[in-house]
Amino acid sequence: MRTLRVISAIFVKDLRVEWRHRETLASMCIFGLLVVFLFNFAFEPAREESLRLLPGLLWIAFAFAGVLGFNRSFAAERENAGLEGMCLAPVDPGAIYLGKMLANLFFMGIAEVVVVLAASLWYDFSFIPSLGWFALATFCCTLGYVAIGTTFGAVASNTRMREVMLPVLQFPVAVPIFIAGVESTTGALKGDPIGDYSYWIKLAAGFSIIFVVLSYLLFEYVLEE
Amino acid sequence: MSSDTPHAKPALELRDVSKQFGAFQALNGVCLRVEPGDSILLYGPNGAGKTTLLRVLSTLARPSEGKVLYDGADVHANPAAAKAAIGFVSHTTFLYGELTARENLEFAGKLFGLGNLPQRIVSVLDIFHLRQRAETPVRELSRGYQQRVSLARAFLHDPQFLLLDEPFTGLDAASTESLQVLMQGLRGQGKALIFSTHDYAQGKAIARRLVAMEGGKVRYDGPIDSAPLAALRKGVRSQEPGARSP
Repeated sequence: MRTLRVISAIFVKDLRVEWRHRETLASMCIFGLLVVFLFNFAFEPAREESLRLLPGLLWIAFAFAGVLGFNRSFAAERENAGLEGMCLAPVDPGAIYLGKMLANLFFMGIAEVVVVLAASLWYDFSFIPSLGWFALATFCCTLGYVAIGTTFGAVASNTRMREVMLPVLQFPVAVPIFIAGVESTTGALKGDPIGDYSYWIKLAAGFSIIFVVLSYLLFEYVLEE
Repeated sequence: MSSDTPHAKPALELRDVSKQFGAFQALNGVCLRVEPGDSILLYGPNGAGKTTLLRVLSTLARPSEGKVLYDGADVHANPAAAKAAIGFVSHTTFLYGELTARENLEFAGKLFGLGNLPQRIVSVLDIFHLRQRAETPVRELSRGYQQRVSLARAFLHDPQFLLLDEPFTGLDAASTESLQVLMQGLRGQGKALIFSTHDYAQGKAIARRLVAMEGGKVRYDGPIDSAPLAALRKGVRSQEPGARSP
């Protein structure tokens, strides 16, 4: 019960800080929109081509928006050693991880909705017919990506070249998530039977669970000085 | 394993603690025992290891060698009990600039799992004269007020051990005097205080015990009144600009 209260306190704190600061979410949304916008001008796809390009395009936008978000999430902690302040309290380090992860997941979710809406407009593509499976696939993959990003964001925040170090550390580990994301998004948007691409959703879900649990258990070593 | 004396209050202890950062030896075989009621001035030149010692005692830093014990048990084996008993003020404030002073204290209170949180917050706001600034975002406060909020945060959970790293930094005369009175009163409450300051006279007015450090080692640990001050301060003065060799 106490762990849940700590997770909730950290989640609410991050939302409150972001509401007043508005840097993290704005950066993520703007970057995601830029990717979608520039691709539209670069390729000018017809509607049939949109279906082929969109899954990869969306996950490129999500991936780089996520990097921005994870870096900024820990920049706020670094400013006055907020993370150390949390470590001074008698809390489970895993609870700190879950609180930060849930906040990052929330911000990623908002950024993804903005990007999807923009893609729907610019590429003249409706996500409504496949919204349910598309949302499930995206959630499973995003959960894994945020789990990885939160852990490596904390690791990279203690290094000098943190903006570069985070994607260098994170992207190789996140490759299975990206592949699962693109494949499951393709299947969902094409309207294929769920059985054709459920493997990728299960892969993403399993990967996410494993990474959340591992990060929860190992986060105290990430925080250790 | 508890303290030797039955019903004794728990002590905080460093046993042969060393701390390395890469090739740099910040602490070297330090032994220190802090009992409830102790009032310790941690003194020494820049780079002596004072901040590192306080960070290791606070559990923020893990020693490279040796052990940190709370009530006879390794703090890193069971950190919760030690952390609940320790309040730490550092060079950084541990505060979130976008949150108000009150919101920062509420957040800290929730992390410590404190009951009666609103009353506790009002109490520390009053102690540190922060009532009128309670709803101001920390980012908009002066350095002195931020330091007061940081002190309030450390006192909020009524810790047994207060570790203060240069707590007077940024404080005006009135706040300095208030903090001195508060620190002097801690002994009577059975709490332990260990603090560092570059102002020896200021420290001597508060502390009863002196721990002098140099080069990561403890050079003196004993009553402050019988400290070989001249010999200890020679080490400090030799670090100051314009210092002359004897």
